[in-house]
Amino acid sequence: MQPGLYHILFISAALFFIGVFGFFTRRNLITILMSVELVLNSVNLNFIAFNKYVWPHKMDGLFFSIFVIAIAAAEAAVAIAIIINLYRSHQSIDVENAEEMKF
Amino acid sequence: MIEVIRITYYIMNEFLQIRLLQVLPIGWNFGWSLLLIPLLPFAGFLLLGLFGRKYIKNSAGIIATALLLVSTVLSIYIAYVYFFEYGKVMGMYQKFVPIQFTWLEFSQGVSIDFGVLIDPISVMMLAIVTFISLMVHIYSLAYMKGDERFPTYYAFLGLFTFSMLGLVMASNIFQMYIFWELVGVSSFLLIGYYYNKPSAVAACKKAFIVTRFADLGFLLGILILSFHAGTLDFNTLVQRLTVDGSEELHSAYTSTFLGASALTWAAILIFIGGAGKSAMFPLHVWLPDAMEGPTPVSALIHAATMVVAGVYLVARMFPIFSMSEGAMHFVTYVGIFSALFAALIACTQTDIKRVLAYSTMSQIGFMMFALGVSGSNLKNGSLNYSGLGAGYTAAMFHLFTHAIFKALLFLGAGSVIHFIHSNELKDMGGLRKYLPITNITFLIACLAISGVPPFAGFFSKEEILLAAYQHKALIYWIALITSGLTAFYMFRLYFLIFWNKGTIVHGEHHGEGGFAMMLPLVLLAVGAAFAGFIPFGNFVTADGKPMEVVFHWQFSIAPVSIALAGIFTAMWLYRKQNNKPVAIANSLNVFYKAGYNKFYIDELYLFITKKILFNLVGRPAAWFDKNVVDGMVNLTGNTTQLISEKIKEFQSGKVQQYAIYFLAGVIGLAVVFIYIWK
Repeated sequence: MQPGLYHILFISAALFFIGVFGFFTRRNLITILMSVELVLNSVNLNFIAFNKYVWPHKMDGLFFSIFVIAIAAAEAAVAIAIIINLYRSHQSIDVENAEEMKF
Repeated sequence: MIEVIRITYYIMNEFLQIRLLQVLPIGWNFGWSLLLIPLLPFAGFLLLGLFGRKYIKNSAGIIATALLLVSTVLSIYIAYVYFFEYGKVMGMYQKFVPIQFTWLEFSQGVSIDFGVLIDPISVMMLAIVTFISLMVHIYSLAYMKGDERFPTYYAFLGLFTFSMLGLVMASNIFQMYIFWELVGVSSFLLIGYYYNKPSAVAACKKAFIVTRFADLGFLLGILILSFHAGTLDFNTLVQRLTVDGSEELHSAYTSTFLGASALTWAAILIFIGGAGKSAMFPLHVWLPDAMEGPTPVSALIHAATMVVAGVYLVARMFPIFSMSEGAMHFVTYVGIFSALFAALIACTQTDIKRVLAYSTMSQIGFMMFALGVSGSNLKNGSLNYSGLGAGYTAAMFHLFTHAIFKALLFLGAGSVIHFIHSNELKDMGGLRKYLPITNITFLIACLAISGVPPFAGFFSKEEILLAAYQHKALIYWIALITSGLTAFYMFRLYFLIFWNKGTIVHGEHHGEGGFAMMLPLVLLAVGAAFAGFIPFGNFVTADGKPMEVVFHWQFSIAPVSIALAGIFTAMWLYRKQNNKPVAIANSLNVFYKAGYNKFYIDELYLFITKKILFNLVGRPAAWFDKNVVDGMVNLTGNTTQLISEKIKEFQSGKVQQYAIYFLAGVIGLAVVFIYIWK
C-alpha cells in the first residue's frame, strides 16, 4: 500500500495534538519549547503533503516550510534567551513558578 | 503719539478684523477715544486690584480718581461734540456705531458683537455715569480714608464704572447682557465690602440672587427676540421689529403663548430683567438691604447708576416695547405700583439709608411708568411712535436729574453718618449747627426730589406727570399722591436729621469731613438746583427729532401744591420734638406696622422659599437625588465591582491556562465559521 495524503495528514494531526498536549501539561519550559517545535513541524508536514499531492507542479509549500524552519530557529533562540533570564530571576524554569503577572 | 494710534488702528483693522463700521464725521481718532472711557476705569481696577494693597496703598484713591477724571472729561467732551456739533444730521440725532467687532458668530447674522453705540441716551448716560462716579471717587477719598482695604475699594469702584459704561455703550443686546452681569458682580462685591459683617454678607448674597433670578427673564427675552428677529444687534433688531409688515415682526406677532404674542412675552421678560436691577416690585427686596455697603457706594450704584440700568434697558428697547401694548401696560402698572408702594414704606422707615433706598425705588417707578405711558399712541396698527414720546423724554430727564439729586442725598447722608456713626434717625437731630454745608445741600436735594420749582426734580417730574395725565387719569392721580408722599418722607428725613431734638455730641467732634467730602456735595447741589433748566426735549427723544416741551404753568399748580402740603405736614410733625408722630402712628396702628415691616414682602419671600419651595420642591428633589440618581450610579458601580471580583480569576498569570483559553477560542471560532456561518 502506497502512503497517501490521508496518512500523512493523520500523522501531522497526531503530531500537532501531541505538541499541544505537551504544551498544556509539561511544567518544564524546555519541554514546552520542544512541544512547540512539534506543532510547527506538523504544520511543515502539512505544507509538504499538500504541495506534493494537490499542486505537484508548484513549490509554494516547500518554500513555506523552509520559512517555518527558519522562523522556528529564531524562535528557539529567543525562547531560550527568555528561559535563561527566567532562570536567573526565579532560580527555576518551571512555568508554575512564573505567574506574577496576574490580577 | 499720533503714529502710535495710527499703527494700533492699522493692527486692529488688518489683523483683528475690528472695523470702524460707520466713521463719525469727526474722524477715526474720536472713535478710539470712546474706548478709553470704559477702559481707563478698567485699567484702574487691574492696577489697584493686582498691586494696590502692596505697593500703592496710600495713593490708590488718587490714581483711581485721576483715571476717572480723564474718562469724565472725555465723555463730557463727547457729549458736547455729539449734541452740539456732529450728532444731528438733518434735524435728527443719529445712531452711530463707530466701533464694532464680531466676537462669537452663531449663524449668519446672529452674532455677539462688541461695539460702541452712540445715540442720545447712551451719550447722556456716559456723561452722567462718569460724573457721578467721579463725585463718589472724590468723596470716598475722605470717607473711606484709613480703611484697611482702601485700594480694594477703589478697584471695585473701577470695575463697576467699567461695567456700567460698557453696559451703556453696548451695541449688541448680548454685549449688554454680559456687562449687565458684570455690573451685578461688582454690585455684589461692593455691597459685601464689609465682609466681616454678617448682615452685609447676607445682603450681598440676597442682591446677587434676586437680580440673577431676574436676569433669567432677560436672557429668555433675548433668546425669544433673537429667535424671531434673527439678530442680536440693537439697531438691526429695532429696524426689523418695527417696520410694518416685515417678516420678523409678523412671526413675532403671530406666534402666541398663553394668549400673548412672542413679542409681548419677549418685552415682558426683558422688562423683568430690568425690574430686577431697578428694584421694581416684587423684585425690590434686595435694594434696602444693599444699603449695608459703604454709603458712597450706595450713592453710586444703588441710587444713581446701576439701579437705573433697568430704565435704560427699557428705553434702549423702547421701539420694540412700543410695538406691544400689553408690555407697555405691564411696564406702566409695575412702575406706578412700585412708586406708590415704596413711597408708603419710606414714610415709616427709621434708617436714613433705607428711607433713601425706598425713595430711589419710588423714583425709578416714576421713570418706568413714564416710559410705559409714552407708547400709548400705538392704536390701530399705527407704528409711528414719534408724536407722543413725551414720557420717554420725561423718563430720561428724570433719570438724569434723579441721578444728581439722589447721589447728593446719599452723599449728604454719608456725611451725616460719618459724623454721627449711626444710621438710625433716632440718634440724629439738630445737626444743622454742626453740618452747615451738608444741611444746605441736603435741603436743596430734598427740594429737588419733592418737585419744588425751580429745582431740577420739578421739571422732570412735571414732564412725567404731564405724560401720565395725557395717558390715563388713574395713573396721573396715583403719581400725584406719590409725589406728595415723596415730599413728605423726604422732609421727614430732613427735619429729623437737621432739626427736631438737639443731639449731644460727645467731646471734640471732627467736623464735616473736609474738602474732599464737601466738594462733591456742592457740585451736585449746583446740579440739583440748575439741571432742570436743560431743555431736555431738544436732545433726548424717542425718535431723535427734537421735541418742544411746552410748559404749562397751570398744570404745575396741583403737583407743586401737593408737594408743599407734604413739606408742611412734615414740618408740622417733625420740626420740633413732639409726640404727634407717635400718636399718628398709633392711630394708624395696623397700617403703620405693615409699612414699617415693608408690607411683609421679605417674610412672604421667606415663606415661599423656605416653607413652600424648600419643603415641596427642595426636599423631594434632594431625596430623589440621594436615592434614585445616586442609587443608579452606585448600582452601576457596585455591579461592575461584583462582576470584576468574580472574573478576575481568569487573569491567573499561568501561561498554560491562557493557552487553553486560546485553543478553546480557536476551536470555537472554527466551529462557528465552519458549521454556523457557512
